[in-house]
Amino acid sequence: MPALNESASIESAISDVFAAMPDVTCLVVDDGSSDDTFAVATKAGAQVARLPFNLGVGGAMRLGFKYALANGYNAVVQVDADGQHDPREVPLLLAGLDDADIVIGARFAGIGTYSVRGPRRWAMRLLSSTLSRAARTRLTDTTSGFKASGPKAIRLFAQHYPAEYLGDTIEALVIALRNGCHVVQVPVQMRDRTAGRPSHNPAKSGLYLLRAVFALFFAFARPSEKTEVIA
Amino acid sequence: MSTASYILGIAGAVITLAVVIELLRRRQLRERHAAWWLLAGVLALIAGIFPGILTWAAGLLGIGLPTNLVFFVSIAILVVVCIQHSSELTRLEAKTRALAESVALLDLQARQAEKESPSSER
Repeated sequence: MPALNESASIESAISDVFAAMPDVTCLVVDDGSSDDTFAVATKAGAQVARLPFNLGVGGAMRLGFKYALANGYNAVVQVDADGQHDPREVPLLLAGLDDADIVIGARFAGIGTYSVRGPRRWAMRLLSSTLSRAARTRLTDTTSGFKASGPKAIRLFAQHYPAEYLGDTIEALVIALRNGCHVVQVPVQMRDRTAGRPSHNPAKSGLYLLRAVFALFFAFARPSEKTEVIA
Repeated sequence: MSTASYILGIAGAVITLAVVIELLRRRQLRERHAAWWLLAGVLALIAGIFPGILTWAAGLLGIGLPTNLVFFVSIAILVVVCIQHSSELTRLEAKTRALAESVALLDLQARQAEKESPSSER
């Protein structure tokens, strides 16, 4: 659970996780928060790793994968700290790991009412069509932060989880696909964020489209990852 | 060209070279960063001492005004150095990121270990 200044919502996000699955380890990665996210999350009973400064979601996630690898976990589920992902749907994602390496919890896949318009929508369309072709399966929500990763993906991501803008979603998927991971999606419902609002500024959405195209191009154009064998 | 501008050109090149070499000597500049500055200094020194070479090279490339060749080469070297710095910066950021992740992991492990054996001395 990557978290940046989420002290308002993290407590309920963590208690939701434990309410849905009492036996899991909940690792919160405090990505250099300036508020008391660390203290709140620790008090809520989560394992909290604190980054000394902000690295972005990519850095927080790679830390999570490193932790999972070092401690021998065979599944990692990324859940947002703002409470928009429902932990009760995690078993759904985990069930998908039986025959896939990465399972994406996808919005707009039939369930729920989450919708976007304008350039942001075009960007998401472009991303999902390109990545669906690469994955040879239908992926409708490639920028979802609600994902489960199996052992193969954990080993890969512990080394190669990009810190670039959009790297945590688009490029991570491309890296996984290029390294032979099987990616599927399951439909999920998004809840309203318990704190904070997503932006709907058209200029920002346009910039998002540009950066998405840029990220997508370079994700495919990069040389292949050197995977070192970890003993 | 007056004697004064002739001396100015050479002095500029010599000072640049002297500063770069001194920094290298004191280990305040690494070889891979210094290479371009050394090249620039040597070229400036050659062009300063033998302005004829500059005129000859400009003619060879079809550049009317020899000074323009100087500007072109200077800007080209500056661009290369800038790109090198950007790439170096990216590498450093990747290293800092890896360090930050390790620190956070070690910090978590240390806190876990402390929780498991609260009796041990701190």
